[in-house]
Amino acid sequence: MNQLQNFTKGFLKENPILVMILGTCPTLATTSSMINGLGMGIATTFVLLGSNTVISMMKNVIPDKVRIPAFIVVIATFVTIVDLVMQAYVPSLYETLGIFIPLIVVNCIVLGRAEAFASKNTVWSSVVDGAGMGLGFTAALGVLGAIREILGSGSIAGLKFISGDGILVFVLAPGAFLALGYLIAVVNKINKA
Amino acid sequence: MVLSLTLISLGASAALGFVYELTKEPIEMTLLNKKLDAIKQVVPEFTNNPNDDMFRLPTGDGDSLEVYPARNGDKVVGYAVQSYTNNGFSGYISFMVGFTPDGTIYNVSVLEQKETPGLGTKMVPEGTPEKPEFKDQFMGKNPADFTLKVKKDGGQVDAITAATISSRAFCDGVQRAYNTFEKGDLK
Repeated sequence: MNQLQNFTKGFLKENPILVMILGTCPTLATTSSMINGLGMGIATTFVLLGSNTVISMMKNVIPDKVRIPAFIVVIATFVTIVDLVMQAYVPSLYETLGIFIPLIVVNCIVLGRAEAFASKNTVWSSVVDGAGMGLGFTAALGVLGAIREILGSGSIAGLKFISGDGILVFVLAPGAFLALGYLIAVVNKINKA
Repeated sequence: MVLSLTLISLGASAALGFVYELTKEPIEMTLLNKKLDAIKQVVPEFTNNPNDDMFRLPTGDGDSLEVYPARNGDKVVGYAVQSYTNNGFSGYISFMVGFTPDGTIYNVSVLEQKETPGLGTKMVPEGTPEKPEFKDQFMGKNPADFTLKVKKDGGQVDAITAATISSRAFCDGVQRAYNTFEKGDLK
């Protein structure tokens, strides 16, 4: 597998949300608008890049028996950094995402890439993998957020194009499941073609 | 095994300590500014720094609320009371309620809420004279002769359509601010 394939696999073929169905909790909860979805995606991408890099650099010094605790410490460090930086510089986004920023620690995607990829591959491949997976995650969240925002609030990226309310259910949790289900179906169709 | 875990944790805590020191000041600034913005919204124009003059008033049921006096020169132009309610559709909501010195509500600002998007969240925005929003009806009313209850409960407040619980919670929060302000003898 060359690096280009390694990078692009996160978008369609192995998209963490739409194909592997990992990390659905923050996906459903934070995609009520496009900006929120993208913000969450970028925060996760940063953590993924950082943890993949550090873990693949340290893969030879971490004893096998304590690898999970070691990974979690590394991941938690990056998450706390993101948490503090967002609180300082983008307080409004930080407030909307709320508890889901600290919860990136237990996001299956991050630990999954650490265990399945970064601990077995070179640093450079892991960086590419982290970037691809993170941006694939961001893209999926952005698309899902955009769909829900257009249908639910009649706006896109905060700009309203109809007056009044949209189809309210899409802003609420059931709409998240509906939209995600259809998006998964579409991506499955594309991958099979 | 123990050694490598210890080393990893040490490295992690060093990195965190560094970032914490770096972001400490901006975080404090944003929190203060956020409060100041809310106060600016709910009281007439002022020249002092209400954050410095903050004091607490007991609510009478074992809690206390933060009160921010607003002064223009030496004259007190209003008080911003940070109030709360636990009766929202999704629990806790906090408000900044501004009173002029005679107890009339100047304006209300919602600081924190988790109400249903599109229904209960209509308590947040401020309307225009042509298209008034829910909270505009509180401006300029004095709770002494304005019953802070939705019309369904025998009060004078027009509830938000399909969000009566959120509207009741809003009234409860404003009432708590008024009761505390009233008992504080600030008039």
